[in-house]
Amino acid sequence: MRQFSYSRAETVSDAVAALASNPEAQLLAGGTNLVDLMKYNVTRPGAIVDINRLPLKEIEDLPNGGLRIGALASNSAVAYDPRVQERYPLLSSAVLAGASAQLRNAATTGGNILQRTRCYYFYDPSTPCNKREPGSGCGAIGGVNRIQAILGASDKCIAVHPSDMCVALAALDAVVEVEGPDGKRDIPFTEFHRLPGDRPESDNTMARGEMVTAIRLEGNHFASHYTYLKLRDRLSYAFALVSVAAAMEVSSDGAIVDLRVALGGVAHKPWRDKLAEAEFAGQPANEETFRQVARRLLAGAKGQGENDFKIPLAERSIIRALKQAASGRPQDQSVKAIQ
Amino acid sequence: MLNSSKVVGLPLSRIDGPLKVTGRAKYAAEHFGPGMLQGYVLFSTIATGRIAEIDTSEAERFPGVVKVYTHENRPPAAKKDEQWKDEVAVPGHPFRPLENDRVLYDGQPIALVVADSFEAARDATSIIRVRYEAGEPHTDLKREQDNSYVPPVPRDKQMAPPPPRGNPEGAFAQAPHQISATYSLEGEYHNPMELFGTTVIFGQDGELTIYDKSQGSQNSHDTVCKIFGLDPEKVVAHNEFVGGAFGSGLRPKYQLFFAVMASLDMKRSVKVEMSRREMFYLTWRPTSIQNLSLAADAEGRLQSVMHHAMHATSQYEDYQENVANWSGLLYKCDNVKITYEITKLDVSTPGDMRAPGAATGVTALETAMDELAYEVGLDPVELRIRNFIHRDQNQDKEITSKALHACYREGAARFGWSERVMQPRSMRDGNDLVGWGMATGVWEAQLSPAEARVRLSSDGKVVVSAAASDIGTGTYTILGQIGADAFDLPLHAVSVKIGQSTLPKTAVQGGSWTAASSGSAVQVASRMVIATLLRHAQKMENSPLAKATEEQVEVADGRLVLEANHQVGVAISDIMDAAGVTFIEENGKVEPDPSIQKKFSAYTHSGVFVEVKVDEELCRPRVTRVVIAVAAGKILNPKTARSQILGGVVMGLGMALYEEGLADHRIGRIMNPNIAEYHVPAHADVEDIEVIFIEEDDDKASPIGVKGLGEIGIVGVAAAVSNAIFHATGSRIRSFPITLDKILADNLLESETVQ
Repeated sequence: MRQFSYSRAETVSDAVAALASNPEAQLLAGGTNLVDLMKYNVTRPGAIVDINRLPLKEIEDLPNGGLRIGALASNSAVAYDPRVQERYPLLSSAVLAGASAQLRNAATTGGNILQRTRCYYFYDPSTPCNKREPGSGCGAIGGVNRIQAILGASDKCIAVHPSDMCVALAALDAVVEVEGPDGKRDIPFTEFHRLPGDRPESDNTMARGEMVTAIRLEGNHFASHYTYLKLRDRLSYAFALVSVAAAMEVSSDGAIVDLRVALGGVAHKPWRDKLAEAEFAGQPANEETFRQVARRLLAGAKGQGENDFKIPLAERSIIRALKQAASGRPQDQSVKAIQ
Repeated sequence: MLNSSKVVGLPLSRIDGPLKVTGRAKYAAEHFGPGMLQGYVLFSTIATGRIAEIDTSEAERFPGVVKVYTHENRPPAAKKDEQWKDEVAVPGHPFRPLENDRVLYDGQPIALVVADSFEAARDATSIIRVRYEAGEPHTDLKREQDNSYVPPVPRDKQMAPPPPRGNPEGAFAQAPHQISATYSLEGEYHNPMELFGTTVIFGQDGELTIYDKSQGSQNSHDTVCKIFGLDPEKVVAHNEFVGGAFGSGLRPKYQLFFAVMASLDMKRSVKVEMSRREMFYLTWRPTSIQNLSLAADAEGRLQSVMHHAMHATSQYEDYQENVANWSGLLYKCDNVKITYEITKLDVSTPGDMRAPGAATGVTALETAMDELAYEVGLDPVELRIRNFIHRDQNQDKEITSKALHACYREGAARFGWSERVMQPRSMRDGNDLVGWGMATGVWEAQLSPAEARVRLSSDGKVVVSAAASDIGTGTYTILGQIGADAFDLPLHAVSVKIGQSTLPKTAVQGGSWTAASSGSAVQVASRMVIATLLRHAQKMENSPLAKATEEQVEVADGRLVLEANHQVGVAISDIMDAAGVTFIEENGKVEPDPSIQKKFSAYTHSGVFVEVKVDEELCRPRVTRVVIAVAAGKILNPKTARSQILGGVVMGLGMALYEEGLADHRIGRIMNPNIAEYHVPAHADVEDIEVIFIEEDDDKASPIGVKGLGEIGIVGVAAAVSNAIFHATGSRIRSFPITLDKILADNLLESETVQ
C-alpha cells in the first residue's frame, strides 16, 4: 500500500474540486472495496478524500412516487428502508443477496455502483490486465476464467461487474445523478456502466472529476411480480456466478405486459437487452415463453472454457427467475432453497 | 487410567476463554518491545528461474526503512540441511530464505524490508525492482503425473505402504462385482484466523524472547538455535496462545527466521507478520490423484482392494502423508495392493493439514465403497458392516478398541437412515432432490513422548506445566481437569502453564496426540507428587498412612487418604509442615510402551451421515444435516471435544464443496489467494451438525484411555457429502470440491443422452 494524504470534504463541491485538481485523488466512502484495492497495490491513490460527512445519506420521496437514494446511504439502509421494501422490493432483495451483513453496513450506494471487478488478474499487479494497466494484456483470457463474462466481452477484457444491487437497478431503469466541475447531470442506469471494448480501464461513463450523488428511481408497477435469484458457490459472501433480476407486469389473462430481465455475473455491466424484452410483450407468461426469453437473451453468449457452464446455468436461472416473478413468489433471500 | 472422575468428563468451558474473548490473550504478533522494528516480505512473481537483478536502492531510501535484506546481503546462517531440519521436517532440503538467487516457487520470499513502521515496510516492498530469468513453470499435477515416483526416503516408517498381500489382481478379475475409478482433490490452503507472525524481543545481554505462532514452542526454539548457532539457554520461545493452526504451524515458517535474523543483525527487537495472501504459499494440502479398484463377492465381501495414491510435492522436499494405507486397514480383505507416489512441481512444500493423508485417501476409499454398495446392491452401511474387522491387517496387529459398529448404529439411528430409499433421485423436497450419504472415518490414536510438571502447594493449589500447545483445541482446560481430579480440586484451583520452550519437553501439537500424551504425563506427574506426599506423611509420628502403598492412597478434600477408607489420612498442609516444605513438585514422563506397540495398533473411528439438497435444475448443492458418531476412547471434556468435531466436520464440508486453490499453470500461481475468493463454508452453509461420542474403555491406546479428537472430525465427511450428492442426483462426482458446475455438466450430459 502506498502512503497517501488524507482530507475530508465538507461539501460536494469540495469533493468535486479535490478530484478535479488532483489526478491522484480518490474518494473514500465505505472503503469496503477501495481499501482492499490499495492493500493489493491495484489502486495507488496519492490522496484520499473522505466524503463520509457529505449530506448524501438520505432516502427521499419524490413527487412521482419515486425515491432518491443518497450516494452515502448504506446498503443496509437501502435494503431495510420500508419505502424501498414496499415500492422496490427487487432492489431490497438484490442488496440482501450481496456481501455480508457487516459489509452491507459499511458499503454505500455510490460505492456499490463504482466497485471494481473481482477478476483475479485485476487484483494481482504482477499479471497483465488491461483494466488495471491499459495495454498490458488480459491474463484471464486463457487463464483462470471460471468467473468471467459470457456476454459482451472483448479481446481486451472478459471481467464481470460484481454488484448485485446494480443488477436490480438496471432492471428498474434507475437514474444515476452525478455532479462534476461542469455541474450536475443524470445518467440512465443502463448507460452508466460500459462494456469493455477497447477501453476496459473505464468501468463507467462518468467524466473525470464527476462523483455520484444519488440514485433516482421512478414509480413502477413491479412490486408484485419480481425476483432476484443469485447462484453462487456458497450460500453467503460470494459473488454471483449468475444472477437474475426479473420484473414483470402481467395482464389479467396471463399475458406479459412489460418485462424486465437484468443479468449479473455474466458481463462487464449488468446485462439488459431492452429490444429482446420488448419482443415478448403480449406473450403468455409461461415456461415456454420464459425459455424463449432465456435463449434470446443468451443468443450471443460465448464461454471462455472454464466458464462455459454459465451459459446453461444462466438459461435455467432466467427460466426459474421468471417463473418466480410471474407467480408472485419471489426468492426470499433468507430461504436457502431455490424457490 | 483415570480413577476418580469429578471434573474429567464434564462439559466445561475453556479456562482460557475469558482471556480470549476479552482480548487479554496475546498472540504472537501482539507483543511489543522497545524500539521495535517491523519487517515485511516481498515475494517472487515467477514460479521457477532466478533473480537476475534486484534493486533495493529506492526502497532503502524510503522514509522509515532501516534495512532491506536480499540474497545478496543476507547475514550468514547454517550451511547444512541437518541444521535447518525442524522436528517435523520431511526428507529433502529444507527451504532457506534468501539463500541464493534461485526461485523454486511462486510466492517465494525474496526480500525482507525492515522499517520503523509496518506501513513503511509494506510500502517500500512495492518499490523494489526485480528482474527475473524465468523458466517455464510446472505446476499442473495432471500434466506432470507421469513423473511421479516412490519417495526414496520415507517420512517415517508408518507412512510407507504395507507390503501387498494375497493376489489382488487375480481376485479382482474373478470377482462378480468390481468398481474402478479415479478421484482427484484440488489443493487446499490453511487459513486459520491468526496469521503467522513472530515478535523477537532483543534483550540487554543479547538474549532473545521469541513469540512465534507455532504448534510447538520448543520446535521454534530448537530450530532457530540450530540455524543461527545460538546458545539455547539464551533463547526462550513462546506460543501461549495460538489462533488456530490445523497443522500449518507444525514446521516453523520463514517469518520466524526473518524476525530472528534481523533482530540478531541489528540488535533490535523485530516483528514480522505475514499477510493473508502468504497463507497460499505454504503448508498446503497437496493436490492429489488416486485410483481405486474394489471388488466384492455376491454378498458384498471385499475380494480385492487396490489403491494407488499420488500427490504433489515441491522441488526441494519430498513431503509425504499417509494417503492410501487406510484402504488396507479399514475393512477385511485378504488381497490388497497399496502404492504411493509423489510428483515434483514448482510449488512450495505441501504440509500437514487436519488429518493429512486420511482426509484425502479416505475420501476416495469411502466414495469407492459407496460405488461398490450400488454395484452389489447393498445398503452402504450394511456393506461396511459385512467387511468389518477387528484387526489391523496392514501391520498384522490387534486393534486396541474399535467401537465402529456402535458408531454406525447410533449414527444411523439418530439420522433416521432406515427411512432411506436406496434408489438415487428418489427423495425430494420441493425443487430439491434430497440425498443421504454416509462414510466411515478413521485416524491414528497416537501417543508421543511427553513430559509434564506438577506442583502442589501447601495451600492445596496446583500448577500444571508443560511445553505443550493449545492451538484452539482446549489443552489448557483438559490438562487442568486431569490435575484437578488428581488432587480432588475444583478446576479453578489448578493453574495451567503451557506454551513456553523452557517448560517440560513436549512434542509439537499435532496428530491428535496432545490430550493422550500430555494428559497422561500430567497424570503420571500427579501420581509422583502423591507418592512424595506419602513418603513425607510416612515420616510423621504415628502416621496413619505408615503402611500404605502408593497405589492405596489418593487425595480427597485436601487430605492424603486411603482410597478404601477416606477416614484414614493426613491433611496435605500438615504433611508439608511436618516435612518443612511449602510445595512438592515432580516431573512426569510418558512414552509409547513398546510391548503394547508390538501387539496393538490404535485408531479412532467415526460414522458420518449427511443429508444434501440439490436443486434439480440449477444443480446447486447444500448440506442440510450431518450426524457424526465418533469412537475415540475416553472423552475428557464433551464440550471442547464436540467443538473439535464440529470444526472438523465444517472443514470437511469445505473439502467437499468449496475449497480450491485456483491455479494458473501458465505462471504457476494460485489466483484466489484471499478468503473472499478461496471459499470456506460461510455460516449460511453450515446447518445442523449432531455429534455423538461412543466412549471406549481402552487402557492401551494411552495411559489415560484417551485417543485424541483433532483430526477424526474431518475424515470421511467429504465422501459422505459426495455419496449424498450421488444419492440425490445420480451424478457421481469424483473430483473435489463438488461445485455446481460439475453437477450441472453431468446433468447436461444426462439430458443429452436421454434426448
